[in-house]
Amino acid sequence: MSVQLWTYIFVFISFSLYIGIAVWSRASSTKEFYVAGGGVHPLANGMATAADWMSAASFISMAGLISFLGRDGTFYLMGWTGGYVLLAMLLAPYLRKFGKFTVPDFIGDRYYSRTARIIAVFCAIVISFVYVCGQMNGAGIVFSRFLQVDITTGVVIGMAIVFMYAVLGGMKGITYTQVAQYCVLIFAFMVPAIFISILMTGQAIPQVGFGSELTEAFGGGYLLDRLDGLSEELGFAVYTEGQKSTLDVFFITAALMFGTAGLPHVIIRFFTVPNVRDARKSAGYALVFIAILYTTAPAVSAFARTNLINTVNNAEYADIPDWFSQWETTNLIAFNDKNNDGRIQYVGDPEVNELEVNRDIMVLANPEIAGLPNWVVALVAAGALAAALSTAAGLLLVISTSVAHDLLKRSFMPGITEKQELLYARISIFIAVLIAGYYGINPPAYVAQVVAFAFGLAAASFFPAIVMGIFKQRMNKEGAISGMVAGFTFTAAYIIYFKFINPTANTEEFWWFGISPEGIGTLGTMINLGVALTICRFTPPPPQEVQEIVENIRLPGEAVRS
Amino acid sequence: MSNSRATSYWKSNLKIVSSLLCVWFVVSFGCGILLVDFLDNFRFGGFKLGFWMAQQGSIFVFVVLIYVYILLMDKLDDQYNEAAATDNDQGPSANSHQATEEQSA
Repeated sequence: MSVQLWTYIFVFISFSLYIGIAVWSRASSTKEFYVAGGGVHPLANGMATAADWMSAASFISMAGLISFLGRDGTFYLMGWTGGYVLLAMLLAPYLRKFGKFTVPDFIGDRYYSRTARIIAVFCAIVISFVYVCGQMNGAGIVFSRFLQVDITTGVVIGMAIVFMYAVLGGMKGITYTQVAQYCVLIFAFMVPAIFISILMTGQAIPQVGFGSELTEAFGGGYLLDRLDGLSEELGFAVYTEGQKSTLDVFFITAALMFGTAGLPHVIIRFFTVPNVRDARKSAGYALVFIAILYTTAPAVSAFARTNLINTVNNAEYADIPDWFSQWETTNLIAFNDKNNDGRIQYVGDPEVNELEVNRDIMVLANPEIAGLPNWVVALVAAGALAAALSTAAGLLLVISTSVAHDLLKRSFMPGITEKQELLYARISIFIAVLIAGYYGINPPAYVAQVVAFAFGLAAASFFPAIVMGIFKQRMNKEGAISGMVAGFTFTAAYIIYFKFINPTANTEEFWWFGISPEGIGTLGTMINLGVALTICRFTPPPPQEVQEIVENIRLPGEAVRS
Repeated sequence: MSNSRATSYWKSNLKIVSSLLCVWFVVSFGCGILLVDFLDNFRFGGFKLGFWMAQQGSIFVFVVLIYVYILLMDKLDDQYNEAAATDNDQGPSANSHQATEEQSA
């Protein structure tokens, strides 16, 4: 059977599964719509969190980015997993004890202020929108490459599927589809990785193969030594050595960690489990499920890079394998025979190099480059779609709850009934799907850069405000509000300046302290903390009942949802 | 009485979290970033130690840290709930979880 037929089969089966779950799990109350009724098993929530978290960026782009960054790619790996340690110990259990529906709920109640709530709503919506556009676009790319439909049709199909289960089922539908999507995406990521590991090193576990010797067919010697050797020979940076400054890597890693812990679509997943104990437990499960992919990804990066160099460098263009010409049509790989010798020179020197390789190809085309069976190649499409759609749904729910619950019910229209609130939640998720779809078809500049934006903003706004809300009883509304505004504005201004207003100045000599826009969220976090702590000293302490809330969320036992 | 118990619970909680976060910092920012070049002088199998810590080892340690945290906190919660149950003279048959649930409700 052809790759395309296999792809249709996998995508059809997985989509039918998602729609089946959507019909089965219709939400009938706001509690079901916002937090899946609050009765999700920690294991199911762990899987749902992992799928919610691992987006098109993790599935399609990350391994490719690392294979071109080498050791510097570490900040993605540590940043996007280390944040869970912070989430599990500093946020999740206490927020679950607090027992409300959304992140702005916590900010609004803890800082006893409608202004704080509305600022939190604004941050949540900006962060989620920025992030969701990237997902829709990722889904569109997969559709266009694997199913030969154009990107617009691809995005519309993706929107229709998300619409089905998000609008009908809310958090309940999203949770159980995310469980299914986790299974699809991890299977789709691991099968090619295991195949390639066996092919190149004879080891079935990619994490072990990563540090093993290559088979004779691939030239023998340790994989990483061989890759270092090849890189040096061709004039690329040595794979296991860093190029970026230590300070910048430090700041980027920290920004990704704080951002991870502050992203509202991840935080609200912990509101769906029955109690505090289960919130801790499901953070553990979530990190295990995420770590399976995140420890495999760097191995895939090294395998794919070695394999690519072996296959293309100095190869006759006339004898190049089929996958090469197929990916050439999508412009993800481009050959320009500068010296007209009919051979591909793939080297570090831009004057001589004849091959441009898009980073995403390292995961998408990896099974083809390694000559794996057609069904394995097709799996990647289903996995990438699962990753993109699961994250998109989680983000859309944040937007919907922020509008219906925090903005309407809790701020401007407190008189509405539960039924009306549920209707508004469905309408806002519907509008959000349409806007996200529009930006998926007309993506703003670079998707990956835009996602880095979301992390910086979450790190500089929510993370410090929530942590201080729990750990510093004296923190008051004046401090928290000015901290959030200062952190958010500073980070947004720095990123917008270097990414959009003056991109030519986006080099180390112009950056403050040599910190890139990707890492500036860390400085934003510090500014937020500094401003909040200073203002808090000169303004009155929070009222008694708020201090009691803080004392209560610190203790074990169950809160009652209001 | 219950106030001092709450304070000591919170203090133990802070101690657990701060010591685990120290390990978290040393492993990720320490071994994976600041000391990575030094650790690269050591090798095991096909890995340089610093590179391995950065791309694999730190993630394994993160998983272990969360599980240690779950274990320690569950134990701490049990101690707190038991003490609360005896304080309230609920008798030995009373389930400590139910007892705390009733209190906060």
